Amino acid sequence: MSARRAERLVNLVICLLSTRQFLTAERIRSAVPGYGPGDGSAPGEEAFKRMFERDKTELRDLGVPLETGRNGWADTEDGYRIARRDYELPDIDLTADEAAAVGLAARLWQSAGLSQAAHGALQKLRAAGIDVDSQAAPGIEPRVEASDPAFQPCLDAVRAARPIRFDYRRPGAHDTEARQVEPWGVVSWRGRWYLVGHDRVRRATRCFRLSRILGDVAPAGRPDTVTIPDGIDLTAIVSDSVPPTSRTAVVLIRPGRAQGLRRTATSTGAGTAEGDEFEVSYGDPEALADRLVGFGSAVLALRPPEVRDAVMDRLRRLVAR
Amino acid sequence: MSPTSPTRTLPPTERLPRLLALVPYLQARPGIPVADAAGDFGVTEAQLRQDLELLWMCGLPGHGPGDLIDLSFEGDSVTVTFDAGIHRPLRLTSDEALSLLVALRTLADVPGLAERDVVDRATAKIEAAAGTQAKAPTGLTVNLQDRGAQRPDSDEHLVVLRRALDQQRALHLTYYVAGRDETTERVVDPMRLLLAEGRSYLEAWCRRSGDVRLFRLDRIDAVQMLTEPARVPAEAHPRDVSTGVFRPSAEHDAVTLRLGAGARWVADYYPCERVTEAGSELEIVLRVADLRWVRRLVLGLGTEVTVLDPPALAEEVRQEAAAALAGYQEGP
Repeated sequence: MSARRAERLVNLVICLLSTRQFLTAERIRSAVPGYGPGDGSAPGEEAFKRMFERDKTELRDLGVPLETGRNGWADTEDGYRIARRDYELPDIDLTADEAAAVGLAARLWQSAGLSQAAHGALQKLRAAGIDVDSQAAPGIEPRVEASDPAFQPCLDAVRAARPIRFDYRRPGAHDTEARQVEPWGVVSWRGRWYLVGHDRVRRATRCFRLSRILGDVAPAGRPDTVTIPDGIDLTAIVSDSVPPTSRTAVVLIRPGRAQGLRRTATSTGAGTAEGDEFEVSYGDPEALADRLVGFGSAVLALRPPEVRDAVMDRLRRLVAR
Repeated sequence: MSPTSPTRTLPPTERLPRLLALVPYLQARPGIPVADAAGDFGVTEAQLRQDLELLWMCGLPGHGPGDLIDLSFEGDSVTVTFDAGIHRPLRLTSDEALSLLVALRTLADVPGLAERDVVDRATAKIEAAAGTQAKAPTGLTVNLQDRGAQRPDSDEHLVVLRRALDQQRALHLTYYVAGRDETTERVVDPMRLLLAEGRSYLEAWCRRSGDVRLFRLDRIDAVQMLTEPARVPAEAHPRDVSTGVFRPSAEHDAVTLRLGAGARWVADYYPCERVTEAGSELEIVLRVADLRWVRRLVLGLGTEVTVLDPPALAEEVRQEAAAALAGYQEGP
């Protein structure tokens, strides 16, 4: 923004804050420097109109509550003003430890959009006289990245309550499929971002990894047409989509090896010179087999057969190729 | 500020919101040094002086001497003597309210990170100040819980680490090193806790390796706070994690893998130097500090992955699989 335009806009805000009357564009033009005097020529009037329209848009984008209205029946065109009570941040008083928590919170975001918003919020809190130290709380550095291209459009759709469509690549699949979703929320869980909502094609609640949404996220309906069911827990929906670990396998670990498996397993106390027996809890036998095979000859899957067979099958295929 | 705090660069802000915030900011802090104000707004001192010069030209309609914003300078400090009606900052936008409220809720959910009641009080005040803009921040939920936190004692570990950081005391760690598949004992001087990419890390000066190290919380098997104070050497610098916790480094070995459909997740899960589509498969280049780790990864992926480089790794994997299979044929 040029210095001239910034100066004009600051003057415009001061002018509209200082009036209780609605001011017409023409009165604003004479009260705010920078719009140039009206010479009555058609091109001059046209240029002023465009300039004033752009300035109004700029202020509204910043969140300045620009009111439009007429002072009485005699007015023939709309005027503008800013109601002070709608413009001003209400009184807020944070104690030192509360301000430190806010400072820490503002540092959380590493994505461009949200970190800028947090920085803007801190700027306003400081302007309200609160000392928020964004460097405070030494020793802790929580960070949340939101670099997936689908993040912002999905969040915007959730907040606009607007259905969306996108191409999605399911885990393990190569081809993408077109999805239509009524979005309920965007969730970060265990370092990954998910969109949760109602899948119109599958007619069911679904979670979508944002990193697997390919290409554009496009509207598939009008704003304010998504109804979020009462009492839903977005995080629970995401965590439930991951299988629980409720079954137990028994493995033999060769002496002194596979530390990584030993530390998350429970010793049964049984063991020979061949190795020590451990119990490992699991949900998906295939996933456990992948993990056990990773330890190679250091680990032998004893039971149940669903795990032992899956491990032996993987090893045979590895040797055969 | 402690010597271990990283220097942070603030994101750049737009000039107009800064100008509007600057007037009440200065009014709340008569005689503030210009450099301090510049620091708070994340701009250079020269930029802040330009802002002040611009504000000096602004004021109420009429723009006579008594209508303009008035500033008085004394040495390197500045005071607002007339604010032309900009008494207060602008309200928070819905994005600004959302960014703070969701982040506060996130912090409240992590044990040991911040005092829960402090965070709750701050949240209530921000909500009240944001008014209608605070509606429905429910659409965005962040959980900082460690994705490897199956350990029942990891919350207790976090509390011990927080206490050691607060009291600046050294720690004794029993730590699992995945690359070498071994459990180690060491004394470290804690620098900070880092919660990023779904994991929690302790960044500390490791006396054993004589260097700054990141320790994953889910790999800490035991932690004990020592009575001796932490002594972080002056040359210990926190890692710059602005581009990710682990960055591929040229000193690490490059491994080129071709991933089938069942192994595509690897490209999401580990930081790759390069990812390219190769027909129906995905070709990736990983930089690894320890080839033993990647051998376990590749073994576990079975026939869903093909090792393109280094060729010796492919042979090692095949031999290890044969040795493992032999165990079943002779074994129990």
